[in-house]
Amino acid sequence: MTEMILTQRMTAHPSDSHTLSRYLDTGGYTALTKALDNMSEEEIVEEVKASNMRGRGGAGFPTGVKWGFLAPAQPRYLVVNCDESEPGTFNDRQLTERDPHQLLEGIIISSYALGVSHAFVYIRGEYPKAARRLQRAVDEAYEAGYLGEHIRGSEFSLDVTLHLGGGAYICGEETALLNSLEGKRGEPRLKPPFPAVEGLYAKPTIVNNVESISNIPWITANGGAAYASIGPERSAGTKMLSMSGHIRKPGNYEIVMGMTWRELIYEIGGGITDGKALKAWIPGGASSPWFVPDEHLDTLLTIDDVASNGSMVGAGAVIVMDETTNVVAAAHRLVRFFAHESCGQCTPCREGTSWMEAVLKRILDGNGRPEDIDLLLDISDNISPGLKWPPAMTTICPLGPSAVSPITSITRWFMPELEAIIAGSEVAVG
Amino acid sequence: MSAVIAGWSQDNRERARLILASYPEKRSAVMPLLYIASLEHEYVTEDAMREVAELTEISAVQVRSVASFYTMFKSNAVGDYLVSVCASISCHLLGADEVLAAVEKASGASAGETTEDGSISVERVECIGACGGAPAVQVNYELIEGVTPEKAKGLVKWLTDARPAVVLTDEMQQLFGGQRSFDWGSSEPEGATRPLPAFGPYGSAEVGR
Repeated sequence: MTEMILTQRMTAHPSDSHTLSRYLDTGGYTALTKALDNMSEEEIVEEVKASNMRGRGGAGFPTGVKWGFLAPAQPRYLVVNCDESEPGTFNDRQLTERDPHQLLEGIIISSYALGVSHAFVYIRGEYPKAARRLQRAVDEAYEAGYLGEHIRGSEFSLDVTLHLGGGAYICGEETALLNSLEGKRGEPRLKPPFPAVEGLYAKPTIVNNVESISNIPWITANGGAAYASIGPERSAGTKMLSMSGHIRKPGNYEIVMGMTWRELIYEIGGGITDGKALKAWIPGGASSPWFVPDEHLDTLLTIDDVASNGSMVGAGAVIVMDETTNVVAAAHRLVRFFAHESCGQCTPCREGTSWMEAVLKRILDGNGRPEDIDLLLDISDNISPGLKWPPAMTTICPLGPSAVSPITSITRWFMPELEAIIAGSEVAVG
Repeated sequence: MSAVIAGWSQDNRERARLILASYPEKRSAVMPLLYIASLEHEYVTEDAMREVAELTEISAVQVRSVASFYTMFKSNAVGDYLVSVCASISCHLLGADEVLAAVEKASGASAGETTEDGSISVERVECIGACGGAPAVQVNYELIEGVTPEKAKGLVKWLTDARPAVVLTDEMQQLFGGQRSFDWGSSEPEGATRPLPAFGPYGSAEVGR
């Protein structure tokens, strides 16, 4: 808990951590100078590989390995994903609003390492303050010679363009984001080809999340090995977790993984609001299968331990539900989200999510039927055959399978409650 | 600059030029230009789509396919203040439905509607990334966290009576907010003048009082 990489400056200097002057006063842009003066492109890529940092956007793929896939053709692009939209996540918002230069220095170093001369930041349209703060940082950086032609007298030049989204969760998926950035509907692409080979404008492109890129200045300054030494080997570094729901101290926490969920919820989060009992929590955002106290409080919070218990750390969103929660209503909210956000390309997702939403709605409205449980599972199985974890796919992207998580969660952990709600409904027929 | 936007303000024509120049391919400017066109036309009208199509050298139907995909491009007139109430999971757990009901009752407009005088539009939205400060509401995309039904009622009354020229997130948070997702730090000088995301390069941000 003592390690702080990302939130150090904003914690120590709450009033002006977003300004260039404070950034420079606190060691900002020295990592860039080190990179430009003393490190080759390959050396930086090697440090990021050595850091073992796994991408913070949700999939957990090692950032350095992803960088290693970048095809040699030019031009090539870096696209930073600030389309943070997974219900429960709000950590990229804090990193962008409160320490935009840290993100920007990460973008500049990454672009140098990757041979990129034009980087884009795709910011969700509902984050105008984050966009304004980052744009001001970009303007300051151009003025100070950290962006533009011949940065700090080097051969390296870079432009950064901010791009606002239009309110579509699916654009957080990297290929949908690229389509959106190209001025198209945000519909995911079939992979392969992967963006590292054919990305933006069919050119080699790296898409990284805000938190991943915000770690790059520290890794450059301190070395990949130092980063890798923090926390468990396969969950190295710090992770921003967003806690919300029925938790006494909601908020973002920069933690070192490896603690138990009990420690996270009861010590860091302060326990359940009003001293109520914990019923369930969603460990990694709306897409992740739920955890329950009897089974998972002593499970370790690492990427691998959560995965082997059938869920994911994802983008780090922990949503806590107390004993009073109607789990069918909660599942309905989650499924309704996915139904609303389905891009409509793939039939199982387009039809399945809205069908599941309708079934859950009628159960909540008191019109549930006993066979609705099998129906929900059957629709789920059509979207994600076998209802396994990680989910099998019938769709181009994981949005459809994500909508299955609330269904498998309530049928696995709360079947008696689900049956009782259906049985209590007036028009239920046996 | 294209004659098709001769009717736009000079500032917005200049912004459009800069935006087009900032992408390797013109089509990438579709979304930013749709925001500027919404500023010129109040919402994404047929004319707006035609203009954006011409600027980006694609067909109007391609622009329509993009505009219709994203919820923030409005195909109908929106009130001066767009009140967006989040109803996704974390806000739901902490009473979002009651907040939405309070906004609807106080304004007289149901979700998806605009008040008769055209001042307030209400919408129910999916997660806006303010889960630690649930329930959350945005006015013209400027955020308020930790809203209660009572505070929501006050917010609607304030918008109706005070009619702020620039909607500022810190001002609203102070008046009508509570629990925040995180410490916001120092206050944010710019805000929104229209129901569009307030962002300087898109012409929609202004410094408040």
